[in-house]
Amino acid sequence: MSDRYSGVNEKQPLLPDERGHFGIYGGKFVSETLMAALDDLENEYSRLKVDENFLATLNSDLEHYVGRASPLYHAQRLTEAAGGAQIWLKREDLNHTGAHKINNCIGQAILAKHMGKPRIIAETGAGQHGVAAATVAARFGLSCCVYMGSEDIERQSHNVYRMKLLGAEVVPVTSGSKTLKDALNEAMRDWVTNIDDTHYIIGTVAGPHPYPMIVRDFQAVIGREAKQQFASRQGGLPDAVVACVGGGSNAMGIFYPFLDDQDVRLVGVEAGGSGIASGQHAAPLTAGEVGVLHGNRTYLMQDKNGLIAETHSISAGLDYPGVGPEHAWLKDIKRAEYVAVTDQEALAAFRQLNLLEGILPALESSHALAYAMQLAASLPVEQHIIVNLSGRGDKDVPTMAKIDGISIG
Amino acid sequence: MSRLSSKAGLLRDLGKKALVTYIVAGDPDQSVTVPLMHKLVAAGVDVIELGVPFSDPEAEGPVIQRAHERALRAGTSLLDVMQLVAEFRNLDQATPVVLMGYLNPIEKMGYENFAQQASKCGIDGTIIVNLPPEEAADLSCYLEQHDIESVYLLAPTTTPERAAGISSRSRGFVYYVSLKGTTGAGSLNTAEVSGKVRAMKKIVKMPLYVGFGIKNGVTAAAVAHESDGVVVGSAIVDYMAFHENNIGELETSVVTLVQEIRSALDALVA
Repeated sequence: MSDRYSGVNEKQPLLPDERGHFGIYGGKFVSETLMAALDDLENEYSRLKVDENFLATLNSDLEHYVGRASPLYHAQRLTEAAGGAQIWLKREDLNHTGAHKINNCIGQAILAKHMGKPRIIAETGAGQHGVAAATVAARFGLSCCVYMGSEDIERQSHNVYRMKLLGAEVVPVTSGSKTLKDALNEAMRDWVTNIDDTHYIIGTVAGPHPYPMIVRDFQAVIGREAKQQFASRQGGLPDAVVACVGGGSNAMGIFYPFLDDQDVRLVGVEAGGSGIASGQHAAPLTAGEVGVLHGNRTYLMQDKNGLIAETHSISAGLDYPGVGPEHAWLKDIKRAEYVAVTDQEALAAFRQLNLLEGILPALESSHALAYAMQLAASLPVEQHIIVNLSGRGDKDVPTMAKIDGISIG
Repeated sequence: MSRLSSKAGLLRDLGKKALVTYIVAGDPDQSVTVPLMHKLVAAGVDVIELGVPFSDPEAEGPVIQRAHERALRAGTSLLDVMQLVAEFRNLDQATPVVLMGYLNPIEKMGYENFAQQASKCGIDGTIIVNLPPEEAADLSCYLEQHDIESVYLLAPTTTPERAAGISSRSRGFVYYVSLKGTTGAGSLNTAEVSGKVRAMKKIVKMPLYVGFGIKNGVTAAAVAHESDGVVVGSAIVDYMAFHENNIGELETSVVTLVQEIRSALDALVA
């Protein structure tokens, strides 16, 4: 068996607890109808994560279908431009379907097969998770329905068509703010209705237990690889690991294998939108409060009456008012730090990576890049920062063209 | 003992079927709610469930989602809902009122503060859709101190072991969700529901009321044959949406539906 997915790693803190809590965060805040399905999922996952056949199937697909391991690339021209610490990029953008989302979807699709569920559903913001879910549905012969806010459908039409080509049904969600949180509500409503034959693939480390744990475990392949690649290329450990945080799956995936390495700074970068002071952002860890949404207790963007606030980000994938409960925990225990960068800063980093390295990053990942460049500038050249380049930016080309006033039809 | 447990116990002793109705507080605006509550009682409602509007009502179907949206557009907060109950209590000290909603507005207000205020306003119980008993210990503690009862839900997917645990924690009654789905979903297979309810009644010792999918006198009677009562929500809220611009029509149509269901329930035990 390869080291790509080895199930439980005894060295990690044993969180969540048996009821899905990370400190005061996480848990199972769902309607009664879903409780049995969550218990089934947890039991099945506990059994499979140590099952040789399951791990063999998963690892084989990660290698031959997803194309893992993804490279760790030393971005020398970007490093030079930032003027400080060395910047390395973990190239999740080179995965099949163009983002880290596939790591989790492959794992959960195999889970769904084992549970005898012929239908999967998913929510999506930028469309990356929707595309990954539609892809694994095709790969494993499952039917697939993707819920997507109508506003996101507008800004990510490329991915919508891709999902349709993959045979998925894409259902526009017109309730509430018409973005990712509303797509999640609608997917929960579908799941509660079709629970007998449907598995819900949540795309991030949020939702009710056991999802934050399962998604983290499937995404931790990113951090395991990065750690090993860095050790063999450079030796030792990096000084910092930087990743963008919407729900937080790519960040949790790269952070998790480094949690016990106290000398490695872990930095999550939230969407600062038009600036934290403007209130137009999607940065619950930076400027939110604790609450309960979508099955877990975590930091949320909310108003004085406990209603969930509408968020803003140039990047649809970060446009979410909550965040995975393990991030909330890591923030409180100060094992990870969380910052926000604005739309403008992310756009500048997006352009720089294109010009300096010939890499088209997703707008989501551009948030991590923007902060990593600032951080690099404050650190000496002999230090090293790994940035999780969680996705590629083909889907964002129309958004960029619109900003530049160019019609690309 | 609170108004809720007393009422549920009394109905059971009398051999009467309970009629619980759900409206969203502040739908279509706050001036409608209290007069409508009084009319519901006059039409034969035993317990009023008052929905607390929330931005992300994830367990609701489209009819009740839109009611939440209307109430939020009218600016209805949790505090407003509690004040509406206080206003209702000026004229009605007898009818139990149960708040139904989602946890976050209560978290935001603070558990202890919520329990104090709710008690002061004459609220008798809570049904919190996304708070299973496993996560409810802290809140229940404050609610119990203030004599507010927690009603829990059972679903078709609930195992017998869980059902026993849940019903031992539930107060007043246990709410059995008749179908897998959101509120207002599809049509009810009343024979199947009756079978499930019979099985649940062997486990659940307290009054068992059935909700989801009850649209009129016929479905209410079919379901109440086995259960101790029914909860009617979407059918009422649907009328409220249809007549949102004519409050007279709204009240008349809701009262007519409630009277029809009341008669159907009473005919069962006559």
